[in-house]
Amino acid sequence: MTIDWASFTPWLSLAGGVLIGLSAAGFVLLNGRIAGVSGVLGGLLQRQKADSFWRIAFIAGLLSAPLLWALVADLPPIEVNASLPVVVIAGLLVGIGTRFGSGCTSGHGVCGLSRLSPRSLMATLCFMAAGFGTVYVVRHLVGGSPL
Amino acid sequence: MKYNLSSFFCGLVFGLGLLLSGMANPEKVLGFLDIAGLWDPSLALVMAGAIGVGLIAFTVAGQRQRSLLGFEMELPTSRSIDRPLVVGSLLFGGGWGLAGFCPGPGLVAMGAGEIKAIAFVGAMVVGMMIFEQIEQARKAHALTQA
Repeated sequence: MTIDWASFTPWLSLAGGVLIGLSAAGFVLLNGRIAGVSGVLGGLLQRQKADSFWRIAFIAGLLSAPLLWALVADLPPIEVNASLPVVVIAGLLVGIGTRFGSGCTSGHGVCGLSRLSPRSLMATLCFMAAGFGTVYVVRHLVGGSPL
Repeated sequence: MKYNLSSFFCGLVFGLGLLLSGMANPEKVLGFLDIAGLWDPSLALVMAGAIGVGLIAFTVAGQRQRSLLGFEMELPTSRSIDRPLVVGSLLFGGGWGLAGFCPGPGLVAMGAGEIKAIAFVGAMVVGMMIFEQIEQARKAHALTQA
């Protein structure tokens, strides 16, 4: 294992993590809910749920973050090297997987681990392992070129 | 109204945290997932920062009957580690490793106008709708069996 010191941003990432933690803290303390992005979005697609406006508000907040950021400073880079078909396949897998698994990086990874939930620990270990495995296959077995 | 406002504000702070931490950039996320290549440990520090704050918040939240704004606490109650949890999380991790997007960063990058993020979010919504269809069919099947 070789650490990529040129890309590693320990303080910015820690500070950003604290902001994410404060958002999750605010959401559970003010609204009594888990700030899980896949759950918030997925709930909008369930016919029987009538409580949808707060979900739209949370997602509008996420979408507005880069707009607010751009008023103050240049946006950080967003580099997507995967091709469009691969991005679409990735989106389908993330959509189906997070709903069957009842959560994603925010709901299980941040909130669930903060609640010391064994279920979320299991989910986090599974998606981390699958993520490591997929990147290994794509970058080191298939040949390293973006698909 | 208060509920919707605090939802918006929490979504906004979440998004700003993703931008500041570098996690809205798929290439940086993939740098963390690529342990066999040049490894960027940044994502681990994002998790450490978020969980550090979260541990305190969820300890306080767990002792409360109602939220600070007076709403009912709606925390998950399921404790079972079952097949959908494991298989779903594995599928999610596979998709995450393919493009470097998970749901939050996908939405933030879409807000920044990134075309591939819009495609990712569109496909993710379709994936979630496929899940709803499967769930409906499964429930209907369970009803006919009962």
